[in-house]
Amino acid sequence: MRQRELPAWVGVVPFAAYTLVFLGVPVVAVVLGAFVDPATGGVTMANVGIATSGVYLRGFGSSIGLSLVTALVPGVLGLVLALAVRASPSLRLKRAVATASGVFANFGGVPLAFLFVATLGSTGLVVELVKAVGVDLYGAGFSLYSFWGVAIVYGYFQIPLMVLVITPALDGLRPHWREAADNLGATPVQYWRHVGLPVLAPAVLGCMLLLFGSAFSAYATTSALTSGSLALTPIQIGSFLNGNVLSGQENVGRALGVGMIVVVAVLMALYALLQRRVSRWLR
Amino acid sequence: MTTTDTGREYGTRTDPASGTRTGVAVALRDLNRRFGEVRALDGFSLDLAPGELVTLLGPSGCGKTTALRALAGLEDVDSGTVVVGGRDLRGVPVRQRDMGMVFQSYSLFPNLTARDNVAFGLRVRGQDKAARRRRADELLELVELAGRGDRYPHQLSGGQQQRVALARALAPEPQVLLLDEPLSALDAKVRVALREQIRAVQTRLGTTTLFVTHDQEEALSISDRVGVMRDGRLEQIASPAELYARPATAFVAEFVGTMNHLPGTTTADGVEVLGRRLPATTDRPAGAEVDVLLRPEALVVTPDPRGSGVVVATTFLGAVTRVHVRLGETQRSGARPGQGETQRSGARPGQGETQRSGARPGQGETTVLVDRPSSAVADLAPGAGVTVEPAPDAQPLVA
Repeated sequence: MRQRELPAWVGVVPFAAYTLVFLGVPVVAVVLGAFVDPATGGVTMANVGIATSGVYLRGFGSSIGLSLVTALVPGVLGLVLALAVRASPSLRLKRAVATASGVFANFGGVPLAFLFVATLGSTGLVVELVKAVGVDLYGAGFSLYSFWGVAIVYGYFQIPLMVLVITPALDGLRPHWREAADNLGATPVQYWRHVGLPVLAPAVLGCMLLLFGSAFSAYATTSALTSGSLALTPIQIGSFLNGNVLSGQENVGRALGVGMIVVVAVLMALYALLQRRVSRWLR
Repeated sequence: MTTTDTGREYGTRTDPASGTRTGVAVALRDLNRRFGEVRALDGFSLDLAPGELVTLLGPSGCGKTTALRALAGLEDVDSGTVVVGGRDLRGVPVRQRDMGMVFQSYSLFPNLTARDNVAFGLRVRGQDKAARRRRADELLELVELAGRGDRYPHQLSGGQQQRVALARALAPEPQVLLLDEPLSALDAKVRVALREQIRAVQTRLGTTTLFVTHDQEEALSISDRVGVMRDGRLEQIASPAELYARPATAFVAEFVGTMNHLPGTTTADGVEVLGRRLPATTDRPAGAEVDVLLRPEALVVTPDPRGSGVVVATTFLGAVTRVHVRLGETQRSGARPGQGETQRSGARPGQGETQRSGARPGQGETTVLVDRPSSAVADLAPGAGVTVEPAPDAQPLVA
């Protein structure tokens, strides 16, 4: 007997329900709460005003700056690494890098913070080693607990993440394009400038957006590393979740959340514009 | 090279003395290339005269693409030399070899328009934008794609893409044009049209060209000479007509065109087959039983109700019709009585069809293929009695 087939959309129901409950409802709650005065229950712009000034504004600046730096630099480094591995004939190397990237891209929080404290902390192994040969990193102004220190730590998971997500796109580069360019007299630099990178650009942009999101929302590693000394928006939101909040400012955390949504939305819009431009040839 | 270029007519090189267009000479000498245990090139040598179009033809894995890629510099060789225009290219990188290449798969740069693809070779040579645009448009016109310069590859059909690839390869005025099965991904009609266009453009420019294909019809139709390859070596290289009429080996005979295999007996000055003595070259002693290879057009079929042959099928091929005749014992007795036949099926004209008469005692029938003008087959319907004999001027090959 022929079984009755369920409509295709039924398969989406569990995920849609999950998303609605754990993404849709919280977003609505955060957005609404951001404009509510907890004392009176009335509508107010005070929360948004606080969230976009002073230490919170600096928090947004640092978060956006750190996310851009750790999307662009590890993005480029990850792309170069992925290209180098792809060019290698060694399958063993390819497998090893893929496995290692999978592990490192998901490594974070307290263990990662400890790893860097032990190596690049004020008395870390690497710091002491280079000091022994006459280079005083901390004396020169470096600090693991500063913006650039945290950026280095982020590279630990951002570079492998880039390798993971860009590798499938590299498989789309046909060997014949390189051979044709060679045959037509192009140097490797000319090939990459005129063909390789433009072809990869849409994928690279998408991957860098992912890296930005990964860095922008990172919390545990920075929290464990800086104990809040570096003003970053997720950590500031975390302090509201922990109850470290002044009376009457309970909803500022929600306003910060809205701010993060706006930042990502603006970035997505820019990404869409750029994507249209670099992928003209796909349409 | 003593020729000079030029002008604007698509960079044709013109010999100032004779005024004729000409390319450069190419010499591949004793090339060897191994992939593990496989000898892709085994002492392979080939010469191309200036302006000549030579095709390498052979089955998959015979080394024809490896030879072409070795000439381009895309494949290293273990030993041997490549000389183009008198210049030894050992150690010369691909980009400095001055060769244009069209690949089997569509290899246009997807992010560039057709015009920018064609102009790519000029761009990397530093030619200014206006000049390279002008030249690209000339080349697009040459391949009959004027007006499509602004389209991206995915907006073009397969045939159009390969024409752009041809224009791109020709734009920098290469010394040598390399075509690596450029038609194999196209449908039959486009394939025929494009191969004629390739030949027309090549003849017009006089560019020395090496073409690689596994399609004998393609090879025979556009080449000055065709080289048949097997196991990394050239079995024979000759003009299409000579290759077809006088194949040097059984492999070439079977690979190029359609061939009947018939049992025969050597004589003092040739071979006897189907009751007729024909001149042939063989190193076998007189009286030896041999396999005789004859083209369908080298046989004559005559309606004869009392003949021992029976028409079993006819295949219309256009100007000629191929008649499939089953020969009985009487007809065959002129050759070798009591021997049987095997038949390779699925053959089509121009695809290496082979009609084999093996030597299996106890079977009394052989099927042969005979070509006849389509206007003279009315009395050769299936079931008709016939006799088959070699044409008086038939040139058999003794295997």
